[in-house]
Amino acid sequence: MSEEIFLMKGNEAIAHAAIRYGADGYFGYPITPQSEIMETLMAETPWKTTGMVVLQAESETASINMVYGGAGCGKAVMTSSSSPGMSLMQEGISYLAGAELPCLLVNVMRGGPGLGTIQPSQADYFQTVKGGGHGDYKLITLAPASVQEMVDFVALGFDMSFKYNNPAVILTDGVIGQMMEKVTLPEFKRRRTDDEIREQCPWATLGKPANKKPNVITSLELDPYKMEINNEKFQAKYKQIEEEFVLFEEKNCEDAEYILVAFGSMARICQKTMELAREAGIKVGLIRPITLWPFPTEVISKYASKVAGMLTVEMNAGQMIEDVRLAVEGKTKVEHFGRLGGIVPTPSEVLVALKSKFDL
Amino acid sequence: MSTNNIIDPANLVYAKPELMNDADMHYCPGCSHGVVHKLVAEVIDEMGLREKTIGIAPVGCAVFAYNYLDIDWQEAAHGRAPALATAVKRLNPDRMVFTYQGDGDLAAIGTAETIHAANRGENIVIIFINNAIYGMTGGQMAPTTLLNMKTSTTPNGRDVYENGYPLKITDLLAQLQGVCLATRQSVHTAAAVKKAKKMIRKAFENSMENKGTSIVEIVSTCSSGWKMTPAQANDWMVENMFEAYPIGDLKNI
Repeated sequence: MSEEIFLMKGNEAIAHAAIRYGADGYFGYPITPQSEIMETLMAETPWKTTGMVVLQAESETASINMVYGGAGCGKAVMTSSSSPGMSLMQEGISYLAGAELPCLLVNVMRGGPGLGTIQPSQADYFQTVKGGGHGDYKLITLAPASVQEMVDFVALGFDMSFKYNNPAVILTDGVIGQMMEKVTLPEFKRRRTDDEIREQCPWATLGKPANKKPNVITSLELDPYKMEINNEKFQAKYKQIEEEFVLFEEKNCEDAEYILVAFGSMARICQKTMELAREAGIKVGLIRPITLWPFPTEVISKYASKVAGMLTVEMNAGQMIEDVRLAVEGKTKVEHFGRLGGIVPTPSEVLVALKSKFDL
Repeated sequence: MSTNNIIDPANLVYAKPELMNDADMHYCPGCSHGVVHKLVAEVIDEMGLREKTIGIAPVGCAVFAYNYLDIDWQEAAHGRAPALATAVKRLNPDRMVFTYQGDGDLAAIGTAETIHAANRGENIVIIFINNAIYGMTGGQMAPTTLLNMKTSTTPNGRDVYENGYPLKITDLLAQLQGVCLATRQSVHTAAAVKKAKKMIRKAFENSMENKGTSIVEIVSTCSSGWKMTPAQANDWMVENMFEAYPIGDLKNI
């Protein structure tokens, strides 16, 4: 079947994209505002067509450990959740990173802390980008700003996770998860055969062939000298990813006096703010980090000495602003505007904030 | 009898299973783990499943099980082995998948994963070593610690009001419809070892026949944690553990 155009929610799009990618398994637990992902998978019954396993687990803890089990077999496996559920998964995510297993995680963020609210938020930036679990590790983090990117980043996330043997995260929020847009779904890809998996992932535990040594998936190494070497290997890999895989979008930055920096749904809001500002005669540009880790430090640094200020717009109390300030290195003033607790700011609200923060 | 006579194949009465490698075991003298490892290795060899088996190691003393049996292994987070096994088996339905877990791993931190994997009737085997103590961390109370039993976190003995009752998790699991075999065995005598092996084999056969979840509990000794000699530990187990954890099948269908 060729590419097809549909109207659907971001959450539904994730499910369809996973089936069409040839994912081997999904393991999840219901939580608002992302339950449509598992519901769509269950309704589509991919186990009858592609052979994809879909299982409702007893908890997020079980889900992420099922992902570990499947990933340890070299299978393309995924889970999805929302903020409180992702907190529960952090132990497993640390183990996945420590065992260098590829997998795709989807966090459709809602407001916290605690049980918080079911409304959209971006307050899990720190948890995802700075390492929510124990130990020194990084997660490849993609921030979609449209339903189409929800689709595209399923394949991209899986591909990058297998390229680097590292978990990848789609970090999105209730806005993108729940809103409906036109999307083009890719062609169906068949799932890889065991022989193909053994070729691509020689470390996979699929049963030890007679002529090979056993494979062991573990993050354990009691000898501190060896464990330090393991960590140095991880850090070298993270450095390589930082050099090879940085995605961002920039708009109207060349002549900009002020730059808005925003990711995901907030970049959509800021696009409109930028238009309103330019209509009012303020030269505003927009930088949208698409990979939150690795962070697009270079482009922000490039414009730092050219603009009068940068405003990060986030649905949190100021998280990405720390990475922006590190990139800017004091060369320009960086301010933050955010709404908390599940409130989505309007474009004109952001414009008012921009004017007020920079005395315009 | 000279050494050469002893190694004459005609005199061979016992051989190390081929699946077990020559790595030095880290288990203490008198520990049941070594015997149970051997039985699992023998069953895998005898059933010709060496290339089809994936083991899931726990956190606890058996965390290094993957060092001793030459099969593919995954090392789980504490208590999560049945969740890993669920995915491994569902994604590879023709493979043999077993977990190997201790009492803290299976019946305390991993209770939810254990019960739900069994309740779904996952076609996996759970080998459950119950020695009523946390061995690796230095002898703390386990969910299966006997009443009045002294551990490093119950220095005056396990007290009902403080710590509740010994958890008979295999009895609980036997109630679940997804479970086809729940049996309690031991490995303290030659006869017991033989019976335990028979039940491990039955469990592996159930798994390959997709009959549901099989749990083989091995009531075990921890001479280091119990602060006894291996011989004393065996006697203590028979006198005290078997009363709370009687040997035999709880369910075998």
